[in-house]
Amino acid sequence: MLSARVMLGRSSLKTAAAKALGCGIRRTGGLTVQLQQHRQFHRQLGPISSVSSMRGILPAGARVVPVSTKESVQYVGRRGFSGAQVHQSTNDAVEAASSLARTGAKIDVKKVLVVGSGGLSIGQAGEFDYSGSQAIKALKESNIETVLVNPNIATVQTSHELADHVYFAPVTPQYLAQIIEKERPDAIMLAFGGQTALNCGVQLDKMGVLEKFNVRVLGTSVRTLELSEDRDLFANALKDIDIPVAQSTAVNTVKDALAAAETIGYPVIVRSAYALGGLGSGFAANESELHSLANQSLSLCPQILVEKSMRGWKEVEYEVVRDAQDNCVTVCNMENFDPLGIHTGDSIVVAPSQTLSDEEYHMLRTAAIKIVRHMGVVGECNVQYALNPESLEYCVIEMNARLSRSSALASKATGYPLAFVAAKIGLGWTLPELQNSVTTTTTACFEPSLDYIVTKIPRWDLSKFNHVSRDIGSCMKSVGEVMAIGRTFEESLQKAIRSVDPSFAGFAPLAGFMPESEAELDEALRNPTDRRLFYLAYAMISRGYSVDRLHEITRIDRWFLHKLANICSVHKALSDPHQTLQNLGRTQLETAKRMGFSDLQIARLLSGTKQSAAVGEDDVRGLRKQFGLRPFAKRIDTLAGEFPAPTNYLYTTYNAATDDVPFNEHGTMVLGSGVYRIGSSVEFDWCGVSAIRALRQLGHKTIMVNYNPETVSTDFDECDRLYFDELSYERVRDIYEMEQSGGVIVSVGGQLPQNIALRLHQKQVNVLGTSPEKIDAAEDRHRFSQILDSIDVDQPAWKELVSVEDAEKFADSVGYPVLIRPSYVLSGAAMNVAYDAQSLRDNLVLAASVSPEHPVVVTKFIRGARELDIDAVAYRGELVTHAVSEHIEDAGVHSGDASLILPPANLTPEVMQRVKEIGAKVAHAFAISGPFNMQIIMQQGGTPDAEPLLKVIECNLRASRSFPFVSKVLDTNFVDAATRAIVGESVPQPNDPMKDCEKRPYTAIKVPQFSWTRLAGADPFLGVEMSSTGEVACFGKSPEEAYLVSLLSTNGFRLPVPGKAVYIGIDDLTDSRIVRKVAAHFSRAGYPILTDSKATAELLSEEGTNSVKHVGVVVFDYDNRRTLRDAVFDSNIDLVVNLAKRRPTDKANPNYAMRRMAVDFGISLVNDQRCAEMLVDALDALPDGAATALYGQQKLNLLTPVDVKSWDQYLKMRN
Amino acid sequence: MSFLTTMSASNNAAYSAIKRRMNSPMALLARSFASVKDNASTKPLHAYYPVVPGSLTAHLQLRTGETFTGGSFGATSSSIGETVFTTSLVGYPESMTDPSYRGQLLVFTQPLIGNYGVPKRTRDQYGLLKHFESEKIQCSGIVVSDYATKYSHWNAVESLSEWCEREGVPAITGVDTRALVHILRGQGSTLGSLSAGSQPLEESKIQWVDPNAKNLVAQASTDSVRVFNPDGDVHIALIDCGVKYNIIRSLCEQGARVSLVPWNHNLVDNLASYDGIFISNGPGSPTHCTETIAQLRQAFEVYQRPIFGICMGNQLMGLAAGLNAYKLRFGNRGHNQPAVDLTTGKCVITSQNHGYALDDAQMPAGWDRYYVNANDGSNEGIRHVEKPFRSVQFHPEAKGGPLDTGYLFAEFVDSVRASKAAGLPASQSVIDESATSAQAATA
Repeated sequence: MLSARVMLGRSSLKTAAAKALGCGIRRTGGLTVQLQQHRQFHRQLGPISSVSSMRGILPAGARVVPVSTKESVQYVGRRGFSGAQVHQSTNDAVEAASSLARTGAKIDVKKVLVVGSGGLSIGQAGEFDYSGSQAIKALKESNIETVLVNPNIATVQTSHELADHVYFAPVTPQYLAQIIEKERPDAIMLAFGGQTALNCGVQLDKMGVLEKFNVRVLGTSVRTLELSEDRDLFANALKDIDIPVAQSTAVNTVKDALAAAETIGYPVIVRSAYALGGLGSGFAANESELHSLANQSLSLCPQILVEKSMRGWKEVEYEVVRDAQDNCVTVCNMENFDPLGIHTGDSIVVAPSQTLSDEEYHMLRTAAIKIVRHMGVVGECNVQYALNPESLEYCVIEMNARLSRSSALASKATGYPLAFVAAKIGLGWTLPELQNSVTTTTTACFEPSLDYIVTKIPRWDLSKFNHVSRDIGSCMKSVGEVMAIGRTFEESLQKAIRSVDPSFAGFAPLAGFMPESEAELDEALRNPTDRRLFYLAYAMISRGYSVDRLHEITRIDRWFLHKLANICSVHKALSDPHQTLQNLGRTQLETAKRMGFSDLQIARLLSGTKQSAAVGEDDVRGLRKQFGLRPFAKRIDTLAGEFPAPTNYLYTTYNAATDDVPFNEHGTMVLGSGVYRIGSSVEFDWCGVSAIRALRQLGHKTIMVNYNPETVSTDFDECDRLYFDELSYERVRDIYEMEQSGGVIVSVGGQLPQNIALRLHQKQVNVLGTSPEKIDAAEDRHRFSQILDSIDVDQPAWKELVSVEDAEKFADSVGYPVLIRPSYVLSGAAMNVAYDAQSLRDNLVLAASVSPEHPVVVTKFIRGARELDIDAVAYRGELVTHAVSEHIEDAGVHSGDASLILPPANLTPEVMQRVKEIGAKVAHAFAISGPFNMQIIMQQGGTPDAEPLLKVIECNLRASRSFPFVSKVLDTNFVDAATRAIVGESVPQPNDPMKDCEKRPYTAIKVPQFSWTRLAGADPFLGVEMSSTGEVACFGKSPEEAYLVSLLSTNGFRLPVPGKAVYIGIDDLTDSRIVRKVAAHFSRAGYPILTDSKATAELLSEEGTNSVKHVGVVVFDYDNRRTLRDAVFDSNIDLVVNLAKRRPTDKANPNYAMRRMAVDFGISLVNDQRCAEMLVDALDALPDGAATALYGQQKLNLLTPVDVKSWDQYLKMRN
Repeated sequence: MSFLTTMSASNNAAYSAIKRRMNSPMALLARSFASVKDNASTKPLHAYYPVVPGSLTAHLQLRTGETFTGGSFGATSSSIGETVFTTSLVGYPESMTDPSYRGQLLVFTQPLIGNYGVPKRTRDQYGLLKHFESEKIQCSGIVVSDYATKYSHWNAVESLSEWCEREGVPAITGVDTRALVHILRGQGSTLGSLSAGSQPLEESKIQWVDPNAKNLVAQASTDSVRVFNPDGDVHIALIDCGVKYNIIRSLCEQGARVSLVPWNHNLVDNLASYDGIFISNGPGSPTHCTETIAQLRQAFEVYQRPIFGICMGNQLMGLAAGLNAYKLRFGNRGHNQPAVDLTTGKCVITSQNHGYALDDAQMPAGWDRYYVNANDGSNEGIRHVEKPFRSVQFHPEAKGGPLDTGYLFAEFVDSVRASKAAGLPASQSVIDESATSAQAATA
């Protein structure tokens, strides 16, 4: 091997030269000796003797081309890559070989605007943080100044380390236009912010903004984007090159849709153009289904396509990369486990495809390349196919000429950094010029070969919502996804299932999803839901369904079903009554492990037998150790081991005999966030990445464990070793032991890693930071309460109860309303507020079963109280830093769904001081070293002058979802401080960033992002259970300004157009002062006020300061879907304000119907009274006087009411 | 671009590119890292797979001492071969019937094999098997990580195991193929023994025979001349060194009449009857084919019409042109290899299967590099600077693998057609004669 010193010397020379020359590298010769050695080495067997002897037959006069040794060589471009700083290595071969390939003219840009995707919502989630981050890395590597627009403050891409200028602003064409005008970038990148960014780009082009400011679109042209987005144009383009495309008819009316379906024949699929993850799409089996579907789709977009349904066909995708010099590769292909009909985002997907022959694979691959070339894509593109399972017939379903959820998956599945490469291509690089960052020695112009199988499973979280339909189909509903890597399908699938939720043991029947009759089971299998996999397990294991029978019902390819049957046979063998842990042989245990069974799963199956005592997870682990069975660490190297790869991208598998890496680094482990779900998403990825960065700064070797393909933390250049693997007790311990890790950080990945902290600790795993015993104490309601009492910190009255009677008694004693928190939930939302005895009973009887085994915690619910969020870091029990944010909503709205004001707008210095004291007491009591978060209720004291009461309602000894928000607003990285506290190195001196709040003439407000439109039937209601899928945060000079711009940054909210109506709904708990204020505001501004009941109309027009003269009453017939659309349209409603506070028990509730109507017809909805008040205050506070005069006279630019400023500009306002 | 246009312009570009390349310490450096053993352990690996009692065990033993014990499927016989790996993701029926794999134990890095079974033996209009590349399994054994006992495909008629059993080919599952690849990468291609039975074979009793010592081409080649698509408008001699069916088909589909001739066919005396010459792929070392090389060397001197070679064809043409060939440490086998076309600067993704390569460090006069591997810099093709002689190391016929370079067949047959239309004589001497006669006629 070439001496390391020589290589390093050359690398640094290269870097220096690169700096000097910008992009080019001047290389001098002088390595001829090594070359000779290497050539010699390569030819291990030496020249073949008979060939040598054949030299005699060299044609007469043959001349040998002399080898020049003097001339220096000019190489175009530098192939440094994202992972390069970790594994710098020589890449002479690829450099020289690919220097023969055509190079691309580099596009001369100095400043590039990168458009982000905004708040996380269903269909557009964390994958765009990953892709945007990689794009920015690519730009920075080329020394290009970057401007990023993304209001999603929890993302990694909006950190100081990445973009040069960050705008927390709405991703709308109007705001982008303002930013372009201000920043004057040379170019814009549209492919890294999902559909939102792409749509904005098309709009900016139409508005003439790009032309006016001479902004160049990097990568795929706007024209191509338009072509690929308009399904009609796309279909025509494909016809030109004889690529079959799903037959479709574009229609603008329901009538035309019905007529088209008559021609095509039912069943049909309806799709809408410019759709986020298939929004407004669906299947219709008959006229009436099509009628309602077309109605709904047309309410969301002007044009829909009616297509022939190909239910049962295979669905296959290819990820294609093309450069401007027409080099084109397919990086990955993927096959859906579920046949066509389920949105690919909601499908179980495997990579590479498993049931396709060479003929099929390459037929589709060739077509993909043909399409991408024909459409003129420059960068990354995804092509989706339907393939007839009985022939070579296929057709194209769609293409996305941008980074997508699938490309993020493909990136993680192969190790090929698609977004990085796409960004470089956008800058004019060619594929052969770029380096394969994994091997660092080969070119990026190749197609990864996988020697493992990847399975992706979506995570839905539908049980978080009331009334939502569990069906999955062509409209995506999942909120996140997991990816698992194995070397058998069984292993990969079972790892993935467990990753989706720790309560899933693997491929096995699930309690609550075991229909009693076969008819019911068949129905559940036939109509896909988020639980179909478990129905399959039940059918196979408990009902003995054959593969053929299941194939007939589900149309899932038999190959997958056969593999499931393999799992079932192991399942059955282990659950055999005669099978005990004692007589479990090595072969059986190893077979189970190779099939992906977890220790816990095996223990449970063995325990199922009555004769033996219960077997624990650790018993199985013990036996496993006795047999010497452990998982092996394998690398993801893109070339199936063909080339040596120094990559740190690892996974574990039992289907192996050797490890790919030596375990000599003893790094510090950071446990990542796991799957994105409601309550835990990109913010914990930011925390994980920040922790890793802090550790690396402190000189630690780092090990990241995470299995979420949408994250930045699973980019292998972020850490020293990346285990793309399970975050279970078993696997974390395996990795810890294999790596002989120095310690584990459990407190930056959210609740998931926190849950295994105590068990790890008990098994002598060095859990760093706050003791897991203390973490446990904080999570145990009794112990927590005792500790708070002992340190004199107040909390609301609560009691754990085991019967309905006791609960009623307790509620009577503390007074209604009370908060009910069942420990065991069958379905529906877990927590609820009961305002009277009846609703308490309903909740306890209907939503949960209360019994000694399943007690409920009942807490006094304080109405109209404020809620505060405290994010803090402590070291050895001393408070290091803390932030106090104030909720806009009343206490009772889950903190994840609440709007947070930072710095708080309405707190006195005394209260701030008291909050800090509580924080310090808690830090001390729990001996915290690391991050923690508390929610405190602030209740007005008995008299108006009395000090408010402060009661702690929740405390988590870990980073919370608001850590990135407070860190970025206060410009102090809380996770960095926390990490230092956790490892006890270079811990910052205690400081109080809240003390000089008045020195910050700005406020930031974080508001939730909901995905109601995606969740058919779900109630857009704010309650104690969290339902937002993401969040955005914006800055402003005042809270009002910050709130308005934050609200406008959420996907789906816009201010009502003047002249259109505001529709108001309330219930008996609504504060009449607020609703009158809101109605009066809009009425003064010239908006007709409508409501759904006479009583409300009377309330609003009652004499007083906020009296509204004319209130119309409009009652919709919500059940009549045919007429509803027209009725809503005729009513001219452009804003729905529904301030009802009771959670409806059924769909007949008029407030539920009103909220749902708003969401279904794309009308902005305000569903909280404090938020409604804040909104009108914000509108009133706009400059140029009262909002009453503004709207109609157009002084207010409805689309950009607040001028944009960059993050830096706000931070610089500090005195 | 036609074969008849000799590219003087791009030739210059390519020449300077090559000069640059020669000046750089590139060649094969990447692969030389293979010398680093990934496992520091000095004891030869013996890996076990949990074979369920009652099932048959198989053993893969490398000559260097490593043993992999796994599950047996296919035939229960034993065989010896050069252990090679392919990184292809799909196409095991095509690979296994590819005569270039003759005498080899084929390791699939894709862990899940057998998923779509084995297809029907349908024949196309030329009488060629549609889904296989020859009449039988050519490799001497297969090594996989996870064999799918149950297959699923509309075109399948039997399982991989049944097929192997019928054809007497042993197979092993449960092997850590990645560990095996690391071993092969580290020590270069290694002889292996694959046997079914409860115990591994006693090492001393294994009769190691290097298949490459034999003339595998002679074994794989046709005995007699066979004609395909007899109505084709141009006549191509296809030298069968172990031809894949899709090469024959690709030429026929371009409208050519194809005479498949034995590897040692007397070309030189029959040059005039061929409008073009095509040299196929084939197994083993090119050095055994001295007869073919000698024939080609003579043909190069006199023949005026297009000649094209694939894989073994590339090596034989290179040897005939005066280049050396060498054995790669572990070969290039897969469907993802990037090759740069030096005439256009484009990088294409190719299907590959070769254990030997041409040493193109120094090109003989009149010859230029045509393609070069963008990953390791090894030779991927050569071309004559004036005459329409070209060859590629990769497989434009695919089967399996990407179809990106299929255009080479169209280009070749078009150039043959053009040369025929131009009345180009078969050989130089004929040129002179016909030129004279043409002059005479004009006079």
